[in-house]
Order: sequence, then structure tokens, then C-alpha cells
Amino acid sequence: MISLISPKSLRSLGIVGMNRRNISFIGKHNKRSKYRLVDDKLLTKKIALEKGGIPVPELYGVVEYLFQINDFLKEIQQRESFVIKPVQGSGGKGILVVTGRDGEAFIKSSGTRIYNSDIRHHITNTLAGLYSLGGRNDRAMVEGLIDFDPLLKQYSHEGVPDIRVIVFKGVPLMAMMRCATHKSDGKANLHQGAVGVGLDIATGHCVSAVQNSVLVTEHPDTGAVFSKLRVPHWDRVIELAASCTALTGLGYIGADVVLDRKSGPMLLELNARPGLAIQVANQAGLIHRMDIAQEIIETTDDPVLRIQLAKSHFTSTSAI
Amino acid sequence: MVASKTQIGIIAGLLISFGLGLTIYKSITLGLPLIPQQYRDVWTIEAKASFSPTDSPVEVTLTLPEDHNGWVTLNENYSSSGFGFTILENDLGSHARWTKQTVKEPTTVYYKAEVYEQASDYTPVVFATTLSRTTPQQEKTFNYLVDSLRKKSTDDEGFVTLLLQEFLAASNSQEVQFILSSTHESKIKAILQLLTFANIPAHPIKGIQLEDGRRRQTLNELLEVYTGKEWVIFNPDDGSSGLPDDYYIWKRGDNAVLTVIGGEKSSLEFALVKNNLPLRTVISMEQRSNKYALLDFSIYSLPVEQQGIFKGLLLIPIAALVVVFMRIGVGVSTSGTFMPILLALALMQTTLLVGLAMFALVVGVGLWIRSYLSHMNLLLVARVASVVIVVILLMAVVAVISYKLGIDQALTVTFFPTIILAWTIERMSILWEEEGGHEVLIQGSGSLVVAVLAYLVMSNRYVEHLTFNFPELLIALLGVILLMGKYTGYRLSELYRFREMKKQL
Repeated sequence: MISLISPKSLRSLGIVGMNRRNISFIGKHNKRSKYRLVDDKLLTKKIALEKGGIPVPELYGVVEYLFQINDFLKEIQQRESFVIKPVQGSGGKGILVVTGRDGEAFIKSSGTRIYNSDIRHHITNTLAGLYSLGGRNDRAMVEGLIDFDPLLKQYSHEGVPDIRVIVFKGVPLMAMMRCATHKSDGKANLHQGAVGVGLDIATGHCVSAVQNSVLVTEHPDTGAVFSKLRVPHWDRVIELAASCTALTGLGYIGADVVLDRKSGPMLLELNARPGLAIQVANQAGLIHRMDIAQEIIETTDDPVLRIQLAKSHFTSTSAI
Repeated sequence: MVASKTQIGIIAGLLISFGLGLTIYKSITLGLPLIPQQYRDVWTIEAKASFSPTDSPVEVTLTLPEDHNGWVTLNENYSSSGFGFTILENDLGSHARWTKQTVKEPTTVYYKAEVYEQASDYTPVVFATTLSRTTPQQEKTFNYLVDSLRKKSTDDEGFVTLLLQEFLAASNSQEVQFILSSTHESKIKAILQLLTFANIPAHPIKGIQLEDGRRRQTLNELLEVYTGKEWVIFNPDDGSSGLPDDYYIWKRGDNAVLTVIGGEKSSLEFALVKNNLPLRTVISMEQRSNKYALLDFSIYSLPVEQQGIFKGLLLIPIAALVVVFMRIGVGVSTSGTFMPILLALALMQTTLLVGLAMFALVVGVGLWIRSYLSHMNLLLVARVASVVIVVILLMAVVAVISYKLGIDQALTVTFFPTIILAWTIERMSILWEEEGGHEVLIQGSGSLVVAVLAYLVMSNRYVEHLTFNFPELLIALLGVILLMGKYTGYRLSELYRFREMKKQL
């Protein structure tokens, strides 16, 4: 028997469904004209660096035309590790992570070996728009691989964990860490089997963790217990995410933050259509938090105060 | 937000009440029933006689169909812009004649009739076929053939069957080859000659195989033979006996249906549309169309060809409604938003099971070939174009093989939208590489389920009746879809997705 939850209990928990998110959150607070700032990852990088002074992963280069691929391949031989992404990619599609080298071969995060021809194939697909929103022609960008904080090492298998913070007009609403698993093939993508760990807005401590919509207590591959998770540099993570509202002018966004060993929190990318699984990871609904955030916004214009009020409202005791 | 919600509420309310109101008005005052009742298949047949003029005056004569062939004509229309028009009656039946002194360009004249089938026990009179002059050599062959078939058959009917088989055989016998080549006659004329020679009364029938939505149907000929007891109809193309279903007899006898004097390259084509309508309605409609402007502006006022197109078009919004509901209300994920509609439209042509089998076959083999293409490192556009060609080749192979195996239904594979199939294959193949076969199965079966649902709704008799007769219902449908566009409630799939939240209660 499939276990279902009634719409009534979902409503009382304040869970946001796809339809409500599209109409009341995204449609209402995010202007179409501003989407470009987050859909184009190069642009996001640029405004984060120039306008916000926010650290981002180092950009190695951009491939815009097919003829540039040969030069690019020569250039890349010097690099030990790198990440190739479509500039306008969606849903984590088309991201190629190279973590090391073995002579001619490049080693992917999963340990698979690939060669120049595979990289060329991947880039031509990217340029043709295979991985991009609406299938438009795209560019490929190459970034430095994050050397992520060793404190988080045990929580992620074959991949970089990132922290998604949902921000409504400068008020951080909800946060979760996405940990890659063997099942998710090193990708921090929840519907591919990554674990989502709900994080307390005030402290960065674990609230609860979920894999494939089912609650879990420890990492399926490393066995690390999530209840002990404490995200370092938490205040900076929240501050960085909250400042993205001013950066983009978008009311409702998801900011993806990674923790670098040397540089601390870095902005990886922004999302104008953040997903809903974060609610299950936090075992809490977004509707109530949205209502409180509306009140906070009416009370104060000061970004620091908004964060402070959010922290005092959106804290909870660990459920695990 | 509140304002926009009320706004949409008001607009949707107006649209729905307007659409429903118009429907009810039409139903009450014009007597168009909302539910198809004692309906009949009423066929609208539009004959188009086209020709290129020469310098001389033009005279186009079209033999009109006769009612006593088992069909009743409800009403007839003639288009004769700029032509002198008369209807002639003589012992060969009635004819429509268009005349004009000078015609400059290739021209088409139209004759339109609405007919329905009625049981009839009409016995035709014999249209004597005169034996054309034969050479002694031909006579000898005739004699030989008739004698040898007579020996093999017990009665006239058996004789005719054998004779037809003789002409249908893949490799004709020497006699048949000789008759066909020496008389310079068509197959059917040669058969008639032989029957006359054998003293069996027979004449050709000219008529149309009725197919709903067909636009360029042409006349074809059957053979009516008196077997000594009764008249039996034979199809000279496959040797079968009996009148085929939905066959409209235009004319018995050997005379031409269309004659054009002062023109060349004349052709006669037919556009056909079938309606399930209460007879009463059809009859009264003709009488009322002058009285009610509303009917005069209905789909019925369009030429038959366009009526046929609209019949299909008017069903698309229904399919769109199904897609909107399945995505917003249920949360089924499909590959490509409106791909299921195109698939459903294809299913309308192929019928459900055959269509699904075809789809699975083409997409399956396509995916397999595509997986090989993906190793070749091609640019995207070239790769999709290659898949398009592969899909077309596949369709050709499926059609040819199944035809050879005698599975005629498989020929409808051509109704699948090629480009859409190619993109479906491409997307699924990428999905496979990126997220694994599991996701392909989910999205693929999602699309199929939605397509099948859309097909089931579209092929429903009531739905077809309502959309075609009350197109204003689409206005109400628009209102409903607007409302659904503002639905902020949960999707059915989310009740499963958020099931773990139960622990919070």
C-alpha cells in the first residue's frame, strides 16, 4: 500500500507544492527580466565579484565557438582538476568534473577515465545547447575544482557538498546541505539520490536528513551520522546568501554556496526556481516561514537586522 | 495578486457562462441535440471537377448520382461562379452542365451533396455491354479462356470468381496478357468483354470508397454481374464479392461521369466528411440556415474540405485540457510539454494498440541506433537530423515488412509525426546517459499515459459530437483552463512526494 499524506495535513504543515511555488513565489516575486542574471552563470559570477565582492570559484576559461576547442584542450593539459559547465545549464545537467590526471587520461569524480575526445564531445554538445534551458545555443565555462572544507569530507561521497539557502528578499528562509552519494554518481542532485540535510538557519546544525524523500540518519556510503553535522563559517554562509537579493533584484531565490578550504564560503550559483525537496529535508513547510518573512520585511529595511530576525524565528531543535 | 486572481475569476466565469449559454441556446432554439441520439452517418460528398481550358467555349457535364442506389440525398449544392448552369434529364439519368464562352485559367466547378445510406432492395437494369470488334486471334483466345474456366466452375458466380483470379494473378497467363495488350483496354473493360462473350450480363459500377476526412478521393470501379439468380458485385482489384462497406455508388453503366468539352487535363476528385447526426437535425438545418445567422456562421457553412480539417482541430483543445490536468493536477512528468497531444493525434489515425506497438517499436529501435550515433561525436543538429532520417527509414521498413506480412494496419505508421519522434528519441537518449534508464521509463511512460488518456477522451463519440456541433464550448474550455492556470493547490503526486512529512503531525 502506498502511503500518502492528505492535502489537509500538508496545508496545516505549510508545505508549498509545485503549483503554489510557480504562481505565488516565483511568478509573483521574480521578474522575468532579471532571470538572465541567474540563468547565465558567467553573469552571476561577474556581478557577485564586481558588485557584491563575493568570492566565487576561479574561472579558467570560456569556450564559445567550436574552433576554440583545440586551443582549449591544449590549455587544459596543464590543469590537474577542473569543472566544465554549460553557462546556461539547468538542473545540474552537463556538468563534467575532472578530479585528477593519469598521463593522457582525465579522471572523473567517479574514478572513470576519459580522454580528449570525450571532453571534445561533451563541449560540442554543450555548445549546441543540449544541456541548456530551452535547448538554446550555449557556451561552456571551465572553473577550478573546489577544494572543499575537510570538516565536510565524511558527509559527501565522490563529490562536492553544497549548501542551498532559500532567500526571500534578504531573509534566509530555509537551508540544506546536499551531499553526493554513490547512487547520485557524485552529483549533489536530490532527485538523483543525493542526501539533503536540513540545516538550522540560526546555527547551521543538522535538523534532519532525507534521501529520495525518505528520512535517513547517516550517510549511506560513509556512514557519517548527520546529527553531528555542524557547518563551519555558518554566519558567513547565511550573510553571503542573503546578500544575493540585493545583487540580483530577484525576490525569491536559492543560493548555492560551497565551502572552500582556503577561501571559505563561495557562491557557486543562483537559482530563480529553487526546488521543494528542501522542505522534506527540514521537515518544515515554507508557507509559514514565508508569512513570518513578510512581517520581518515590513519591520525593517536593514539587511543585518533581517538576517538576525530570521535566525531568531527559524530555529528549531534537532529532530534526529 | 488578489486583484489578478479576481480578474481571472471574472474573465473565466464570463467565458464559461458565455460558452455554456451559447451551447444551451443553440440546443434549445435550433434543436441541435446535446447527446447524439438516433443518429445516422451523414456523408458530405464534394465533387471537384477541374480542367485547363482551351480556346473554345467550355461545356462541363457531370453525371449526377441517383438515389435508388441505396443512398438518400438530403440536399445538393452547385457552385457555378460565372458559368451558365443547367440540370439536364435524359434516359441516362440527370446531369449538371456548366457552360461558358471563354475561360482563361484552370478552373474547378463543384457539386456538393449530403447523403445517407438506407437499406434498399433495388434491382438494377442491365446496361448492355456491346462486344467490341474482335480479331479472329482474339476471338480464339476468348473462346479458349471462357471454355477452360467454364470447365473448372460449376455456375456463373464461380466462373466470375475464377475469371477475376485469372486477371489478378501476380503473373498473368499468356491468354490474359494477350487480351490486355491487344485490346488496349483497361483490366475491367477486358473482363467485361469476356463476360459479355460468355453471355453473362454485367456492367461496371462507378463510385467512391467513403473515408472520413479524405480530401482527394477518386472514382473507382466495381463489377456487377448477373449470376442467373441475382446481381452480385465483384471488386476487380481484389476479387472479393459483395458491396464494400461505405461504398457510394455514383453511377451504373459504362458512360463517363465527367465530360469536358473545350478543356483538357480534366480530373474529378472528391472530398469526404462523415458526421454522426440525427437526421432530423440535418434536414431542418438546411431549412433554417437562412433564418438563423448563428447557423450560417457555424462550421457547417464551410466547404467540406475545411469541415474535415476542423473536425480534427476542434479536438485538440480537449487533448490540451487533458495535458494541463495531468501536469498541474496530477503531476505526471512527460517528455516535451505537448508531445502527448501529437502522439494522441497519431493514435486517432492508427487506433490504440497498433499505434502503441508502432511507437514502442520505432522509439526502441531509434534509441538503439541513436546510442551508436552518440559514439560518433556528431554535432547536435546533424545528429538529430540523422535520427530524423533513421526514423523515416524505420517507418518505411515497418510499413513495407508489415504490408508484405499482410498486416495492413501497420501502414498507418506514417501518421506519426516524424520530427517529434526524432526529438523524443534524442531527448530520451540524453536522459538515459544523464540520469539512467529509470528516468527514461518514468518520463516515457508518463508521456504514453497522458497520450492514451487524451486519445480516449478525443475518440469518445460524445466528445466528438459536442466539439463539432458546439464549437462555442471551446470558449468555456478556455475559461476552465484559465482557472486551472491559477490553481495553487497540491498535485496528486505531491501527496506521495511529501509523505515523510507525516512524522511531523
